[in-house]
Amino acid sequence: MPIFHMTRSALLLLADSRFPAGAHAHSGGLESAVAAGRVHDTATLHAFLTGRLHTAALVAASFAAAACHCENAETLAELDHEYDIRLLSPALRTASRRLGKQLLRTARTTWPVPRLNLLAATPDGGSHHPVVLGVVCAAAGIAPEDAALCAVQGAITVPADAAIRLLGLDPGEVSGVLAKLAPPADRTASKALTLARMAQLKNDFSMLPALGSPLLDLAAEDHATWEARLYAS
Amino acid sequence: MPAKAAKTPEARETPEAGETPEIPEAPARRGTLRIGVGGPVGAGKTSLVAALCRTLGEELSIAVVTNDAHAAQDAAFLVERGSLDAERITAVQTGGSPHAAIRDDIAANLEAVESLEAALDPLDLVLIESGGGSLSATFSRGLIDRQIFVIDVAAGERLPRKGGLGITSADLLVVNKTDLAPHVPADLEVMRRDAAAQRAAGPGGIVRETPLPTLFTSLSEHPGAPAVADWVRGLIVEHRSPAAA
Repeated sequence: MPIFHMTRSALLLLADSRFPAGAHAHSGGLESAVAAGRVHDTATLHAFLTGRLHTAALVAASFAAAACHCENAETLAELDHEYDIRLLSPALRTASRRLGKQLLRTARTTWPVPRLNLLAATPDGGSHHPVVLGVVCAAAGIAPEDAALCAVQGAITVPADAAIRLLGLDPGEVSGVLAKLAPPADRTASKALTLARMAQLKNDFSMLPALGSPLLDLAAEDHATWEARLYAS
Repeated sequence: MPAKAAKTPEARETPEAGETPEIPEAPARRGTLRIGVGGPVGAGKTSLVAALCRTLGEELSIAVVTNDAHAAQDAAFLVERGSLDAERITAVQTGGSPHAAIRDDIAANLEAVESLEAALDPLDLVLIESGGGSLSATFSRGLIDRQIFVIDVAAGERLPRKGGLGITSADLLVVNKTDLAPHVPADLEVMRRDAAAQRAAGPGGIVRETPLPTLFTSLSEHPGAPAVADWVRGLIVEHRSPAAA
């Protein structure tokens, strides 16, 4: 039986955009934003990612941290429900569950430990991505604060990668944008961890943040109907 | 779980004495043969997939996963030309990197294949068509059992000579549109000779015991792709025999 000890290398492995769990086919709303002309250079990309940091990233990171702490299937199902009702767009709910399912599948071969069985009883579509991410972190020996960091990184690197492909931006300049966002990204992860701990202490996951981006929700619904699209979301 | 064991993550993963917790596993394979169909844009991958569905559809239960941005167009084509029900077709998005979706990160394709296998059980054959890629875009062995690489005569006589992983190592190389040879113009004998040489040796020029097969096809002259269909039939027989397990 493999046992995975606390390791920073595991965090780097999971946070790497090459980790094969399906994220490369998602743009985090960027494909729509590019089509609408809202993102067209590194400055507008920076603004888009800042928006993500304060909304989707904070919510995802607090759920990932909470799920990482969680040791029973019932509480995870409750967390999953709380995340579900925070996603207003059905297309985004589907994308999140699909990404969760794909991450769990890859984690089963990467870190095959019983902890992952906590997610076995979830409905057919699979659990939401941040919930799965938290459990996978626990399985890999990654601490809740790093689970939050991993969720924040994912929320901004996914659109950043898509910007390189869709806009042909200089990859070095895009890395520069991500580097500038590193301090606020760290702060978002810390805040998410605090919020997750508070919710846990009160035993009330409805306290977890519920920030949204109406324009991204609307754009996601529209994007799902495109005749030709490169990204799944 | 004993309370004292909950302090460290490694302790949390340690089973209680005598308990053998099940290690979660990937869904068990259901016995469906999975064949990847790759190749450059315009070589005739979708036409070949449609032809195989039409020719083999009576004798086998078939499903298709597509990897192209134009999912609705592909599905309509397969329904019309392949006589395939729409529920047997699933589209996967690739983020503009067809090779990544079939080789580097196969999560979305695997999930699509497994969902089709579960919904249409028992399924004999899943064809996974890649988006048009480079000559080195081959499928991961984690996604498929066998792969076909499709190139076409109109791309020029020298294409087989250029090699690339698809031409040198796919389980079957299909050189399509032979009917166009006089118009290109391309000498089919040259292409046959070059393809045979590429498929006789593995990486590093090490001679293979048996050269890999190459088939020359023209879907306008033989719309059912009978030779490729026969190759697939052979694989189905092999896949079903207990010795293959």
